[in-house]
Order: sequence, then structure tokens, then C-alpha cells
Amino acid sequence: MVRSTRKQVRRPKVADRAKATAARRSRRVVVLVATRKGAWLYHGDVSRRTWRVDGPHFLGHIVNHVVLDPRDGRTLLAAAKTGHLGPTVFRSMDLGRTWKEAARPPAFPKAPGGAKGRVVDHTFWLTPCHENEPEAWYAGTSPQGLFRSNDGGMAWEGLPGLNDDPQYRAWMGGEQDGTPDGPKLHSVIVDPRDSAHLYIAMSSGGVHESFDAGRTWAPLVHGLEVVEDLDPANVQFHDPHCVRLSPGDPDRLYQQNHCGIYRLDRPGKEWRRVGRNMPKRVGDIGFPMVVHPRDAETVWVFPMDGTSVWPRTSPDGIPAVYMTRDGGARWRRLDSGLPGRHAWWTVKRQAMTADTGDPVGLYFGTTSGELWASRDEGHRWTCIARNLPEIYAVEAAELR
Amino acid sequence: MKILIPGPLLSYTTVREVDAGGATLTDVFIDLDRQYPGLRFRLIDEQENIRPHMRCFVNGEQVSDLMRPLHPTDTVQIVQALSGG
Repeated sequence: MVRSTRKQVRRPKVADRAKATAARRSRRVVVLVATRKGAWLYHGDVSRRTWRVDGPHFLGHIVNHVVLDPRDGRTLLAAAKTGHLGPTVFRSMDLGRTWKEAARPPAFPKAPGGAKGRVVDHTFWLTPCHENEPEAWYAGTSPQGLFRSNDGGMAWEGLPGLNDDPQYRAWMGGEQDGTPDGPKLHSVIVDPRDSAHLYIAMSSGGVHESFDAGRTWAPLVHGLEVVEDLDPANVQFHDPHCVRLSPGDPDRLYQQNHCGIYRLDRPGKEWRRVGRNMPKRVGDIGFPMVVHPRDAETVWVFPMDGTSVWPRTSPDGIPAVYMTRDGGARWRRLDSGLPGRHAWWTVKRQAMTADTGDPVGLYFGTTSGELWASRDEGHRWTCIARNLPEIYAVEAAELR
Repeated sequence: MKILIPGPLLSYTTVREVDAGGATLTDVFIDLDRQYPGLRFRLIDEQENIRPHMRCFVNGEQVSDLMRPLHPTDTVQIVQALSGG
């Protein structure tokens, strides 16, 4: 059951909506690009037509995620490591001019004598906590672990209710049960109505929900398919690639899974495979999933080839974004401006995002180092950066 | 004792050669982290093992046991393995 104490999202009055629209049109967007060799910040003008590059930051570091704190509009956190040095988190309070390293980065507890303990290979995902918890953040790691900081990302503590729970450890599997880059905990979602209501996803290990700020968890995998011949009743076999909550209706979740595109309407617990409505020649396999900031019926995906040995590239080498305006009943191809052939792109699960503009701006980055943007909800695309390192994550934030 | 720092860690120390004290490598890394916060965790993981692509040499001999006793006249060299891409 969804807790009854959660407040409903208030629908703003017409005058308030007009003010909000005007404010959205005057804000500047910064696109935060995390790559295998560093991070770059792209500052847009008010119209989002021209972009000023700031970077590289942490050149040579493997940066998995850079996130701007929407609660203050200026604090950045970056999850970084190098090929040799251990993982850490950096914070900037001046939009990247200076950075300070975490005093205690995410790390698992030291195992008792003789036992083999887990080691954080990298922090993969960063999520600001609820707006009523300033300076609090969650981090998801590889291998799967959930951590929390209450001091703006400087000191991190594990959540033992997940990290050390025997059942969850079994569902997390071993080193071989995750992505080629290691098993990951990702898609850390905080319900905007209730700071204690959380969702997380694990690749592999399924989607899970907590109503008590992460002390206890329960799987949320009914209706999701798994790879053929495996048993969907076994949570370990579930591989959610990206889970998103709709800001316009926090009871609506979407998911790009290893086995299709799904939608879930809470308090229901049964995911529905809306990707069945995608064109058959394209399929519904992919990594990222983007939801409209206000309209819960509108979602974008970036399909990839999931046939045979799973090339994980755009089907037929012709990239396209697909959009639904009706919650997944119908999908429309959006490829204007994108290459019409010979573009074997991969877009990772964190590498596609939206701003809150009106119309919404969309952004994605490819593993071949191209950053693309649309200022009209995906109808027309332009490349705003080429020749970057392999892009791991793209976030869009608005400066205050 | 003398500690030789590899290039990737100069963001912490700014110089190639620093001083640190301790009766074992464990103590030395604790002292280094006191002087240069954050450095230790980049080298030593939470299970107290030297990270896979890092090496420590004491007077030219590779050492993986962090409890290895040290003398004030020893030289500790931290080396980044020749790997990656």
C-alpha cells in the first residue's frame, strides 16, 4: 500500500502556471556531461541555441555522473575515479570553478577478520534527497550499494538495510551478474511527496521500494519479463536499465528494462509492457528513459538493437528517439537532424535527459562522444559537441 | 621517512617527495592521509588492500603486506602500474 500520509501534488492555478512558464523561458540551462576521461559543462543561452563549453574537469578521470543540486541551483557533485586510483566524490559550490573531495567517499564496511568484504569500484549514480532535506544526497555504487550523505556529499554512510541484508546480497549476485562495467545500483528516486518513500534499481537485481527512508525494502518486479528460460519469480534475474518517476504525476513510473519498456501506475504493483506498442522492426530494447517534467503521458526512449548478440547500437545504424504522448499506447519516431545512415550509436542509461523548459529541451550523449540536443521536445536535433570521450552521463540543470 | 609519490597523486601532495612517519606501511598511509586528506583511499580500499593497479616498494622491494615493519631510514615508493588505456 502507498502510505496515505503523502500529500497530493498541488495543481497550480492558471496565473501561477503562466508565471512558471515565463520563468522557465528565462532560465539558463547547463548540460553536465560525464565521460570516461573527464567532465564538461555546456552552458546554453536563454534560447538554448548556442552553447559555451567549460572543461575539461578532472581530465583523465572516469566520471560516471555529475549532478547539480536543484535545491540551491549551484552545488555540483561528481562521481569520479581513475583507471588506477580508487573512487571518490567531488563537490563544487561555485559551478565547477573549484572542487573539494569527499572526506569519506562511499565505501563498504571492513569485513570481519578472514572474511572477504566488498569494495566499491565506482560510484555510479547520484541523487539529491528530498527538497526538505537540504545537503542530503543518495549514491548508488558498483557493485550494488546504496549510500547517503547528510553533509552535501562530504561524508557517506551505507544503508545496511539494503547493502548488508542477506536476501538482497543474494539478489545482487556476484561480479559476473551485472553489466560489462560491473553490477550497479542506479535509478535512485525520491518521491517528491514523501522523503521516506524511495525507489532503487539494480542491474542486475530488480526494482525495489522503501517506505522508511531505506531501512527496509521490498521488490517491485511483478509484470516484468526476464531473459528467456529464466524464472521471473527470481528477483536476481531482473535487469532494469533505467527507472524514472514522472514529476507531473509521482504515481506514474516508467522503466526501460533489458526486456522492454514498462509503465507502472501506483499504488498498483504490476508493470505493463507498453513497449509492445513500439514498431516491431525497432523493438523496445534500450538503456535510457526520459519523462516529461510536467506531462506524465509523455516519455522518450532511445531504442537499440537487442537482437542476436545484442549489438546495443541504433537499429540498422539509423539513430532515432521515440516519443509517446499517451503513456505508451502509441510511439512516434523523432529523427529529424540525426544521421540517416551509418551511425552505430550507443546511448547509455544515464546519457539522455530533459530540461524543464517550455517546450522541453532534450539531450543525449553517445559512447562515440557526440552530444545532441533538441529544443522542441525531440522534433529537431542538432549536434552541440563532437569528439568528446565516451559519454557516460548527461544531465540538464537550470541555473538560478 | 622518504615517500616517493607517483604523478597521479600529485594533486594531493604537489611534490614528488614527501615525509611520513610510522612503524608499518599501514601507519605510513595513515600519516600520509593526515597530511594529504583523501590520498589513502585512492590507494588502499576499504578492505585494507592495495588497489589492483597500484604498487608499493620499500627500498626497491615490492611489498603487498601493509603490516610490513619499516625503519625511519627506509624509502617507500608508490607506483602506478603500467596499465590502462
